Amino acid sequence: MMDRTEVFKRLNEIFQDIFDDEELVVTDETCADDVEDWDSLRHITLISAVERAFGFKFAMKEVLEMENVGAMVDIIAERATK
Amino acid sequence: MEQITFSQLKKNLKKDTTGFKEIKLAVLGNCATQLLSHALRGYAYELKIALNVFDADYDQLEPQTLDPNSELFTFEPNYILIQLCSEKFQLEFCDLSPEEQESFADRVMARIQEYWRRVEARTKAPILQFDFIEIDDGVFGNFGLKTQKSFLYQIRKLNMLFSEAASKDKQVFPIALNSLSAQVGRDTFFDPQLFYIAKMPIQVDFLPQIAKRVFDTVEALVGHFRKCAVLDLDNTLWGGVVGDDGMEGIRIGELKDGKIYSDLQRYFKALRNRGILLAVCSKNEYDAAIRPFREHPEMVLREDDFVMFVANWEDKASNIRRIRETLNIGMDSIVFIDDNPFERNAVRSQIADLTVPELPPEPEKYLDFLRKSNLFETVSVSGEDAKRTQQYREEAQRTESAATFASYDEYLQSLEMVAEAKPFDSFHFARIAQLTQRSNQFNLRTIRYTESDIKSISEDDHFITLYFTLKDKFGDHGLISVVVLEKRDNGTLFINEFLMSCRVLKRGMEEFIINKIVNTAKENGFTLVEGEYIKTQKNAMVANLYTQHGFTDRGNGIFHADPNTYIFTPNFIQEN
Repeated sequence: MMDRTEVFKRLNEIFQDIFDDEELVVTDETCADDVEDWDSLRHITLISAVERAFGFKFAMKEVLEMENVGAMVDIIAERATK
Repeated sequence: MEQITFSQLKKNLKKDTTGFKEIKLAVLGNCATQLLSHALRGYAYELKIALNVFDADYDQLEPQTLDPNSELFTFEPNYILIQLCSEKFQLEFCDLSPEEQESFADRVMARIQEYWRRVEARTKAPILQFDFIEIDDGVFGNFGLKTQKSFLYQIRKLNMLFSEAASKDKQVFPIALNSLSAQVGRDTFFDPQLFYIAKMPIQVDFLPQIAKRVFDTVEALVGHFRKCAVLDLDNTLWGGVVGDDGMEGIRIGELKDGKIYSDLQRYFKALRNRGILLAVCSKNEYDAAIRPFREHPEMVLREDDFVMFVANWEDKASNIRRIRETLNIGMDSIVFIDDNPFERNAVRSQIADLTVPELPPEPEKYLDFLRKSNLFETVSVSGEDAKRTQQYREEAQRTESAATFASYDEYLQSLEMVAEAKPFDSFHFARIAQLTQRSNQFNLRTIRYTESDIKSISEDDHFITLYFTLKDKFGDHGLISVVVLEKRDNGTLFINEFLMSCRVLKRGMEEFIINKIVNTAKENGFTLVEGEYIKTQKNAMVANLYTQHGFTDRGNGIFHADPNTYIFTPNFIQEN
């Protein structure tokens, strides 16, 4: 089980990169409505970047049902291999 | 030629493209094409192209091509890219009656040709379109391959119909997507998650390769393509070192792993037959290096397959420069193939524009690597291509023979040159278009025409067209020059296109052509011939062509001659 703080640190960098915004800071509560340009295509790009960085695959159900960044962090913390 | 990733391409999107050439590309598809468009723009940046993309919304082919005032047509694209994914065709297929399913491929192809027809009626922009990924829907099992009722049968048939239709449509240029998918395998190429969430039928990781394939064709359409492969010998065209192992010891054909090299030679032979020039650049004794090509029974390539054979102990960069100068082609149209990473790096660091593929370490992988690198894209083939090696070889003989004459004029006279000037005809449309796309140096305005442009120009009364052929006692150069004359008001004949193959430079051919142009103006009652020089990075050699031939410089690259007082330049060419 990966430490959530560690996951947040790495995940935030991925968000900044994908949304091209160095100021962006995500929290447990952050959701698609809070971030400009977070549409389905951007979501899929984000998912594939996260999968690559943490070395695991999300299930499609998870991709569609994650309600906020906190939910994503929970999954990453549990399944990350790197 | 390192593999570039999608995220690297994404980073290019924000970069400054000031000073880059602008290209407008419209992308239309029946699936989500946004990320493909991003990849294309990012890839364009690598080629110093500012790509302006109009990405039509999902599934807009029908309305966008139907309405003459659609965004597609008002955008005035230079190129149109169409992506139709098989996944969508499969859904469509499922909803049809069994009878309709059996004619599915024909119906889809008829629809696609209808799109082409509409586009072609409104714009000359080349249509680039992906072929179709051959999905096995698994419904009929193996039997699907032999029943028209199966989707597999129909989608494979559709690919064949697509190639057939494209071969007859000069404005359409297919992009090979199915083979790319097959190369990596569907399990990696297609991500069901991505498809169901984002309607994307292709894994993001492959978008850079796809963008490359698209730009291979775009680049070829603007005249950037490779014409010559310079090959190393030891451990590249055969296994072993001929200087050490002797001719009998090199591995080729049946000897040990020699098949690897035979197959590689077959690949180069096929390229040569297609019109790619082959040259040898090897660190070797000349006699030892050439012997296998003359005597070894299992060699596929022979001495006369090469336009130049350079084997010595000088550094390779100097030898490659010499090959380039002799062949008189651009450095950016040459590919250098060498198994030795040290040689590759040395050459790469000395010659910037040269293409030097980073071969994999294992020789058995060379062939597959070269095949998928798509180094020799083209947008036309003509009957003359196969003769190209022969023509360049004859040229080398001429160079040798020239040395024995006291004066250059005497040499030119001895060549017994005969030229022919004719209006464009349908037999030569392909070759004429190809020349407008290939010629960079002796090209006054560098206007690129496609085959369909050439056809419509030849049928248009506003133009007088001329192509020139030249032969001499050493051989036939074939069609080597293209001239398009545009009739303007007030008695002016404007030289819209004037290019000549550099193979025939300094023979008096340029004089012959200019005389013919001025004479044509005179015979047709024009009072002024106007020429224009548009400078490019490569055509400096003709900057002063018009003034050297008695035209008056009117400034801004415009030159005038009066056909009634023009003094024709003498030359040694007979008109046939």
